[in-house]
Amino acid sequence: MTVKIGIPRGLWFYDYYPLWKTFYEELGAEVVLSNPTNKQILDTGVKNTVDEACLPVKIFHGHVFDLKDKVDYIFVPKMMSVYKREYICPKFCGLPEMVNHSIKDLPPLIDTEINFNKSRNSLKKTIYNFGSYVTKNPIKIKRAYEKALKEYEVYKSEIKEGSFPIDGQLNSKEKKQSDITIAVMGHSYNIYDKYGSMGLINKLKENGINIVTPEMMDYKVVNQHASTLEKKMFWSYGRKLLGTAMYLIEEKNIDGMVYLSSFGCGIDSIIVDLIERKARKKGRLPFLLITVDEHTGEAGVNTRLEAFTDMLEWRKRNEGNLSTHG
Amino acid sequence: MKVTFPHMGNQYVATKTLLEEFGLEIAVPPQCSNDTLSIGTQYSPESICLPLKVNIGNFMETIKQGADTIVFSGSCGPCRFGYYSILEKEILKELGHEMEVILFDPPQGDYKTFINSIFKLAQTKNPIKILNALSRAVRILYQVDALDDAALYKRPRQKQMGEVDLYYDEFHKEVRKVRGYRETSQLIEKTRKQILAIEEDPNREVLKVGIVGEIYTILEPFVNLNVDKKLGEMGVEIERSLKISHWLTEHLFLSPLKLTMEGKTRKAAKPYLKTMIGGHARETIGHSIRYAERGFDGVIQIYPLTCMPEIVAQSIMPTVEKDYNIPYLCLIVDEMTGEAGYTTRLEAFIDLLRRRKEKQENAELLLRY
Repeated sequence: MTVKIGIPRGLWFYDYYPLWKTFYEELGAEVVLSNPTNKQILDTGVKNTVDEACLPVKIFHGHVFDLKDKVDYIFVPKMMSVYKREYICPKFCGLPEMVNHSIKDLPPLIDTEINFNKSRNSLKKTIYNFGSYVTKNPIKIKRAYEKALKEYEVYKSEIKEGSFPIDGQLNSKEKKQSDITIAVMGHSYNIYDKYGSMGLINKLKENGINIVTPEMMDYKVVNQHASTLEKKMFWSYGRKLLGTAMYLIEEKNIDGMVYLSSFGCGIDSIIVDLIERKARKKGRLPFLLITVDEHTGEAGVNTRLEAFTDMLEWRKRNEGNLSTHG
Repeated sequence: MKVTFPHMGNQYVATKTLLEEFGLEIAVPPQCSNDTLSIGTQYSPESICLPLKVNIGNFMETIKQGADTIVFSGSCGPCRFGYYSILEKEILKELGHEMEVILFDPPQGDYKTFINSIFKLAQTKNPIKILNALSRAVRILYQVDALDDAALYKRPRQKQMGEVDLYYDEFHKEVRKVRGYRETSQLIEKTRKQILAIEEDPNREVLKVGIVGEIYTILEPFVNLNVDKKLGEMGVEIERSLKISHWLTEHLFLSPLKLTMEGKTRKAAKPYLKTMIGGHARETIGHSIRYAERGFDGVIQIYPLTCMPEIVAQSIMPTVEKDYNIPYLCLIVDEMTGEAGYTTRLEAFIDLLRRRKEKQENAELLLRY
């Protein structure tokens, strides 16, 4: 009988899922994804998480709940750190524990620790630990990982070329339609979750606006900009966002920036503030912050987005003499 | 150079002594008050956690006294505290205050910067002088924590309510007037003796409650709305899971050498939280378990809104509550916290603990006969 492994469609899913999916499929397991985020998933998530947690964590709990009775294992790795001297976020670090203590009667979790904070020496062992839930054959695991890595590279380059993984589905690339380009900033699990982000990317696209996301950037450029910071940014997501913003502000090849943040995000509370200061001071770049939680009304977000894009159009027409404090 | 630093409970007594021993001119921020908080809230990012807002308030108040240099400590993630120094600098710069920040980050192999910061602050390179001043400050830190312990012990037992705080408040007024190690040390010792000499009421039933959670909110009485005093006067003796003296020894001296004093706590927390996740989440869980094992009547967790590590701990705490059969209350504070609601929750919790204890004692009595 094949092992059924459930991958929740939340948090690191948007960054890594082809890697894990291919890996487990190559090993002969059946991979089950949870449904794309919908009202029911959000509601069960909210019900099963502590009130204080942020929206994406609540949504993640909803996805785990969705998979609960369908699979043998649920894939919730303990993502401590993926780069040297960096962390992800305390909530990611404690995610398996949070899920385990919040939702009852769960199937066993695949909660192997990923920690490259000190060095990457533990990479091989970590991969083996992940694979050992399906097979104990190290050669098979190694081969599966190599194949998965290739798949992951393809996925990453697809995104770089401008096809966004909305709910994990890469959508088609579209040709340049308008002369307005907006950078949609935010954690990948916020901006690519169609329900959670209230279709932010699609809405902008429908208005014929070109979109740039942090995932489309050249990592070398981003890292180079991030390394000019006074103190090393110790959050991987934070480094990516801050580096991207610094690059875009310096290059001035975008017309505005929309930052989608979730209420209570500790990383965003610092990153948004730093980016906003830089955007306003250095680049005089229009900046819009949208904070979402489980109560956010879509109409309000639409109004703000429309006002923002209208302002960008006027600004372009009138040669940018409008206030940036929009 | 006029040096200032942010408040965090009684820490200011020791920092003040240290800077005075270095012979620096200092500006001690006034006791945290509603003014401090409203200044801080006005200039800080909306969704940042409470400690930063109070810090900014402290700095703004000392800038009025002429301070131009800030001494601050840091960390390297994953908790937000690690980026406080940068953000605070940015905020103050925007307000037109170019402050020099002398930062003490845990030396992640980079001892040079760390030692240079010390030299810069001490204004001397004589290691004996520096070590002398440091050891004196650390001694004050332990002394002031001992004073705190005495107050925590006496408050629920004092015959005349409010007597402890008479001396305690007096101490905080006086300590701002004295200068240097010797005078401060004598004052602390005097106050401690005064507090220990207070007459006790032998008939009082004293409950024991452990306070766990985020270190700043546990230690700073303004931020936790004087939880020690409130509980003390309800006849509850509290023990704090974290003390500033322990924090200093742990983070600045032991952890770079890969040593720790928290081995037991970590071991206790292990079945619930395997690794560290930043902040004091693991300590929160570990200490709660140890309090339960030591027969405490309850545990209260206090943390600032949106504190990431404590949210993880909070979601695990109900399991600990059930497994160890210890009542647990979670209080979250921010600039909007209302005192009346907070007090009501504390009172209700303590009532529950008292009823529970009575019931247990009655059950034991019945079993005996």
